[in-house]
Amino acid sequence: MSSDAVSNITPLAVETRSLVKAFGNSKVLRGVDLCAPTGTTLAILGANGAGKTTLIKLLSGIMCPSSGQVIITGLELKDNARKVRSLLGLVAHQSYLYGNLTAWENLDFYARMYGVEKRETRISDMLKLVGLEVHRHSRFSTFSRGMQQRMALARALLHHPSILLLDEPETGLDQQGLGAIWDILRYEGANRTIIFASHSFERALSVCDNIAILGRGRIVYHEQACNLNLAGLQQKYAELTQVVKS
Amino acid sequence: MKPKILLLVSSLLILASLAMVFVFVPTEANQGVIQRIFYFHVPVAWVAFFAFFVTFVAGIVYLVKRNPLWDMMACVSAEIGLVFTTLVLITGSIWGRSFWGIWWTWDARLTSSLVLWLIYIAYFIIRAYISEEERKARFAAVVGIIGFVDVPIVALAIQLAPTAQHPNGEIFHGGVKGLMLVTLLLSIAAFTALYLLFMVVGISIKKDERELAGIKEAMKE
Amino acid sequence: MKFWTHVAAIAWKDILSELRTREIITSVLVFAVLILVIFNFTFNADSSLMRQIAPGILWVAFVFSGVLALNRAFIPEKEEGCLDGLMCCPVEREAIYVGKALGSLFFMLLVEVVVLSVFALLFNIAAFQPEIIVVTLLATIGFVAVGTLFSAMAINTRAREMVLPILFLPIITPVIIAAVSAVTLVLDAKSWGDIFSWLVMLIAFDVIFTVVSFMVFPYIIEE
Repeated sequence: MSSDAVSNITPLAVETRSLVKAFGNSKVLRGVDLCAPTGTTLAILGANGAGKTTLIKLLSGIMCPSSGQVIITGLELKDNARKVRSLLGLVAHQSYLYGNLTAWENLDFYARMYGVEKRETRISDMLKLVGLEVHRHSRFSTFSRGMQQRMALARALLHHPSILLLDEPETGLDQQGLGAIWDILRYEGANRTIIFASHSFERALSVCDNIAILGRGRIVYHEQACNLNLAGLQQKYAELTQVVKS
Repeated sequence: MKPKILLLVSSLLILASLAMVFVFVPTEANQGVIQRIFYFHVPVAWVAFFAFFVTFVAGIVYLVKRNPLWDMMACVSAEIGLVFTTLVLITGSIWGRSFWGIWWTWDARLTSSLVLWLIYIAYFIIRAYISEEERKARFAAVVGIIGFVDVPIVALAIQLAPTAQHPNGEIFHGGVKGLMLVTLLLSIAAFTALYLLFMVVGISIKKDERELAGIKEAMKE
Repeated sequence: MKFWTHVAAIAWKDILSELRTREIITSVLVFAVLILVIFNFTFNADSSLMRQIAPGILWVAFVFSGVLALNRAFIPEKEEGCLDGLMCCPVEREAIYVGKALGSLFFMLLVEVVVLSVFALLFNIAAFQPEIIVVTLLATIGFVAVGTLFSAMAINTRAREMVLPILFLPIITPVIIAAVSAVTLVLDAKSWGDIFSWLVMLIAFDVIFTVVSFMVFPYIIEE
């Protein structure tokens, strides 16, 4: 009842308010205001070192912001950490999986940690989804990069998260692997809010509803994808990075 | 303003205590003149312990409030504590040379002080191996807390240990009375004032360093 | 109750992974036995003197092999960023501490059983007396309580492996003193009453440092 009331007031799945993260004296994020309505896909574009990974880590609750707020489905992350974390799925640069455990054992461990119900069926469904069913009893360390990335995705989707955070899910993948990942996301991500960090304009335009550009710790551009084309976006990006450099 | 007053107060107190220790206080009958080192040894030990207590409390407050000022306070206090623990070891050793005829013995008090010294050496090693300020402060706070909690247990264990049965020298034979007590108290006051002076100056240096680092960072952009 | 489910899951995956590779247990065990052997050479003493210093040798072996084992405790959590993965889970940070500590406790006890047997054999000492077993258990809990915290800390510093012994050894001096003194008394055919004060000290250390480490651990792993 009460959660319905909250979501009526704020239909935003993810919102940040003047988010700042400083490491010592260097501010990586300097006041990020971002929002992603429920069920939409938001791409965060930016050069290396723009703060994409830090932003994703702040959204996922791994890092605490120096100041500002992260609000997930109307709940402030800081005050509802465990509730919010159970709503989030994260695919980061690293797989977060244990090399000495098998695919099955890895997923079983995280299923226990997330309190997933009907573990066995869920895990085998996930392994089927990412096409690693035959490798269920192979050690994770023997997997190729593409398989590892698919495992990371299975891990992130295990507990039916309503929000999925992806940090450059495409690094190190070949064309075939890329296709597979996005097929899985489309299949499982039908009703989900997805936020992903990337530096691929093409991908961002083809899969996203909204696009934000992160430059030197701030959101310098925020636009609906339907208003943009690739050339326009690239030009805009060039302009923005020019401005920042000068 | 404030450091100047502290400087004045601690200078006067130290001069007064020096006068007491070297001129007015009577020489202890059993140990002779070497016993006078205790008018420094005891206050220095007191300041060292108090300094680590401040580090402990400031560490807890830092973890709760996350204000870098508390970390500066913890760090400066630990620095002073470490220097003063070193002085405790040196003065203790000098006295031991005279009383026991050797510089070092695994006497309970000396050994406890040495372990204490090693714990706070570790405190600074941890600080040195972390570059990121915020994490440095957090880890240091944890070491400051664990270390201080450990101190009484270390002292008790060493006290009980069969290896520490060296004849303990009595510091103040027959209790501290009269002029001896006055001298000791004056000396404690002097060293405490000195501690406060070091704290105030140390923290202001840390603040300046932080400000400077901030300016450097701003210049880069 | 959920807390303990998470603790059990974390401890179990460590044990499972370790039993598969036996990386920690094998190398720590060999290291501990080497310490026993090397002490035998360095002192080259007759059997009566050896009996006197035997408890000290045993605890040097336990402490140094403990440092080695604890140093490894958080390495698997860093390799694929797994600690971040754990931080994403809707789990209390404290559960991570307890789970990791139980895993390390299991490995160390396993190593200690073997080392104690080797020790009994090499030094011709009746090592498996109930008093010695209790002392070893209590001391190991103390090691692990502090060691797990410091291990998590060490992995997040630049020097990594070098930091743990520097932090760990001075803090656990009371445990070493208590354990060596108690074992010496037991080998002198003293019994429970004589080692009582040492047992109290070990229990006090275990309780205090389990509680304190439990409370401060979340501050170590946050970013």
